Amino acid sequence: MSLRLSTAPHIRSHASTGRIMLNVIIALLPAACAGVYFYGVPALNVILVSCAAAVISEYVWQKLLKRPVRINDFSALLTGLILALTLPPSIPLWAAAIGSVFAIIIVKQLFGGIGDNFLNPAIAARAVLLASWPARMTTFTAATCFSGADAVASATPLAVTENYSYLQLLIGNIPGSIGETCKIAILIGFVYLVFTHTVSFRIPVFTMLSAFVFAFLFGQDPVYAVLSGGILFGAVFMATDYTTSPMAAPAQIAYAVGIGFLTMLIRSFGSYPEGVTYAVLFMNILTPLLDRYMPNKVYGHQKAKEAKKA
Amino acid sequence: MSEEKKSLGKVLVNGILSENPTFRLVLGTCPTLAVTTSAVNGLGMGAAATFVLVGSNIVVSLLRKFIPDNVRIPSFIVIICTFVTMVQLLMQAYLPSLYESLGIFIPLIVVNCIILARAEAFASKNPVVASAVDGFGMGIGFTLALTLIGVIREIIGSGSAFGIRIMSQGYEPMLIFVLASGGFLTYGLLLGVFNAVVNRIGRSKGEGEGA
Repeated sequence: MSLRLSTAPHIRSHASTGRIMLNVIIALLPAACAGVYFYGVPALNVILVSCAAAVISEYVWQKLLKRPVRINDFSALLTGLILALTLPPSIPLWAAAIGSVFAIIIVKQLFGGIGDNFLNPAIAARAVLLASWPARMTTFTAATCFSGADAVASATPLAVTENYSYLQLLIGNIPGSIGETCKIAILIGFVYLVFTHTVSFRIPVFTMLSAFVFAFLFGQDPVYAVLSGGILFGAVFMATDYTTSPMAAPAQIAYAVGIGFLTMLIRSFGSYPEGVTYAVLFMNILTPLLDRYMPNKVYGHQKAKEAKKA
Repeated sequence: MSEEKKSLGKVLVNGILSENPTFRLVLGTCPTLAVTTSAVNGLGMGAAATFVLVGSNIVVSLLRKFIPDNVRIPSFIVIICTFVTMVQLLMQAYLPSLYESLGIFIPLIVVNCIILARAEAFASKNPVVASAVDGFGMGIGFTLALTLIGVIREIIGSGSAFGIRIMSQGYEPMLIFVLASGGFLTYGLLLGVFNAVVNRIGRSKGEGEGA
């Protein structure tokens, strides 16, 4: 009998980067399908262009720098998909493509590629698009559901006084970004992610709880606040990015509460109707600090004070 | 720091390439980021700083034997202030629109690190002609850098260069490039490119070491 000697870890998970990314993409499909169903062909085009631009720019960059091409781990595809789902369906296709290229080249590859980016590429690209073409990014078309009507421009439910019913917000038959409107589809994706152990329930749940509480404290209708805009989509798919969210449970909770708080702060007192983008970006930047001051307890270590995870 | 027998040509090129204040020394970043929203602003700021650099380097070099070491910094600042005030009044009189758009950043040239750094590191230890050339080289390096950043930001952020529209009418300017964040983006990317190029030149010459 031969005994093999090896160092820890001895129990390995079969999860690979590609598998994890694929799980998230699968989880995003309901939201993407709902978006295409509500907004029709323009939404589908935005998704296709954004994904294609992300994958192509990753491929070209890695070819040019003679690095191993890693587009088959789906991470670029995922970035393109998440970005597309945060864009309004009426966005020009060139803007979606610029967003994807920016996300992959500037935010991801220039900082070292997968695992080394300090911001979530998709959401940083969304912020850039929002700053560059504010009118394009805040013109939302009403859901047409392939009714044959031309797209009707309309404001986000956060910016109008007219109220949508909770049910409308939940189903998503309202103006908004492609992936963020149908809350039921997002929740299906969330359940899938938790079920497959792709992400822990912690960050999304605490983000939503925090958003609910702070919306109430800031004098808003808390149910309306958590069901409208992109907070649910952000909590499930953008805040949970492995690279840019903290590792230990307490740090994750602080991170999630921060996102909920900042989102509601911007919505209530800021000049933008929606604040999820900036809230997630801000907490992304705080993540190294949270990791440092609320580190994972290292098993068998007495003083986790100086524990540095690498 | 200062080699006595440095040829004037080398001193001049030094400010433009290997010790470019913006891209190599990373000095004076505040005006760099703030005023480069258009090519003209960048050029104007660079020209003003060049004037002050040459003037203050000459005067500091002339007075370098008389200024006691203990009070040299205040003395340098007084000299720099004199030239900044001259630039400010001249600009206000002859280039009022540029004066308006540069605004507070003209008087702030006083605290521009490049100018004090050159007075301290070069002019106070070198003869007059070399100091003037050093100030001029640094000024040209600063001006070229600011104009380059300004051109890029103006083309992408407003679709024009030096105020002349060069992009087609259908072009929708990417506004972020005339905002502060676009300044950081452009500066950071150019910083990387410039250093890669200068390091490569140094390596091929076999004399420069990577910064």
